[in-house]
Amino acid sequence: MSDQFGACKARWGIGRMNYIVPPGLYAIGTPTAHDPVLVTANYKMSYDIVRHELAGRNAWLLVLETFGINVWCAAGKGTFGTSELVKQVTSTGLARVVSHRRLILPILGAPGVAAHEVARRSGFSVSYAAIRAADLPEYLDNGTVTTPEMRQLTFTLYERLVLIPVELVMGLKSIAVISGVALLLGALLAGPAAGFTAVIACLGACLTGIVLGPLLLPWLPGRSFAVKGAFAGLLWSGLFYSLAGGAGWNGAVTAALFLALPALSAFYTLNFTGCSTYTSRSGVKKEMRIALPAMGGAMIVTLILLLAGKFL
Amino acid sequence: MKGFRYLENVATLKLDQPACIGCGRCLEVCPHQVFSFADRKASLRDLDACMECGACAVNCPVKAISVDAGVGCASGMINEWLRDHNLAKVGGSGCCS
Repeated sequence: MSDQFGACKARWGIGRMNYIVPPGLYAIGTPTAHDPVLVTANYKMSYDIVRHELAGRNAWLLVLETFGINVWCAAGKGTFGTSELVKQVTSTGLARVVSHRRLILPILGAPGVAAHEVARRSGFSVSYAAIRAADLPEYLDNGTVTTPEMRQLTFTLYERLVLIPVELVMGLKSIAVISGVALLLGALLAGPAAGFTAVIACLGACLTGIVLGPLLLPWLPGRSFAVKGAFAGLLWSGLFYSLAGGAGWNGAVTAALFLALPALSAFYTLNFTGCSTYTSRSGVKKEMRIALPAMGGAMIVTLILLLAGKFL
Repeated sequence: MKGFRYLENVATLKLDQPACIGCGRCLEVCPHQVFSFADRKASLRDLDACMECGACAVNCPVKAISVDAGVGCASGMINEWLRDHNLAKVGGSGCCS
């Protein structure tokens, strides 16, 4: 219960970087020298999920010092890695605790761990079991065989949904800045009411990029996250236009709205590449090279349009 | 990945097939089924599915695989760029910093 509450808080970014367990060797049930050794990160959510899935069994859980970062991100940084694994095997005296020489690792830890190096340096062989901890019971029951499904990444609606709260929290600062600029610009150009309208328009566009873009990810057109976000932003622009009485606006304001809001949404959806499970570094680089200047350009044109609409 | 495809023709993954010893580790660690296995050699089945995590290259005992590995994360890259240009303080916490 308190674990679930803690996980929920961490999902909202509350104390997320301190949600840790000390690294080392943990016993699940009453394991003997013959029971399997599973390896995970010291992010408490990772640890709890593995422990939960293995409830009712006897196993050893070797927790690596990843500074509270999950297996996947820590493997990318190298903290969930060969050196740390070898270090924990040595410092816990694992070779004296168990009689076998086998470590079971999550597949998403593989980017940081060179299995052949671990074998050479520690004498333990590495088996990459599954992507999801939920598959561990089946893996262990089936004589430690990985099925093709256990090796396949997914990105379901629920998997995307649980990532959104922390994205919202991380975006708060930039959203506040954007709202401030919108308020100031609107108020200076057309009075306080316009400033308030501009804030609502921008807030909606940011939320669209953070929430709607990721949720509708597979259904939004295009492969690029920025393009997907821009489409989501276009939907919001249309909605806002009809709700806020856009028919009464002049052409410059309307054009600015349909330019700036999709650009804002695109930026936040592009940011979701960090959460996704299928975007490559080269792909994101390519997207950013095109999308960031395009977004900046859209903002400059928006500004020119608004100024032109006001003074010409 | 089922239901999702990212940009095409960008992945930097390369496999030196003559060097491959057919251990099959790359098939084991790849979460996107990029590799296939035939005649005791690995081959690239679906290069565009590669997310450049680097697991295959790190786990290849004969270094037959190369990839410009890294996390495909926009904010991570923006932070990296800012750091490289001394515009942000080094370090910080979080998965993308």
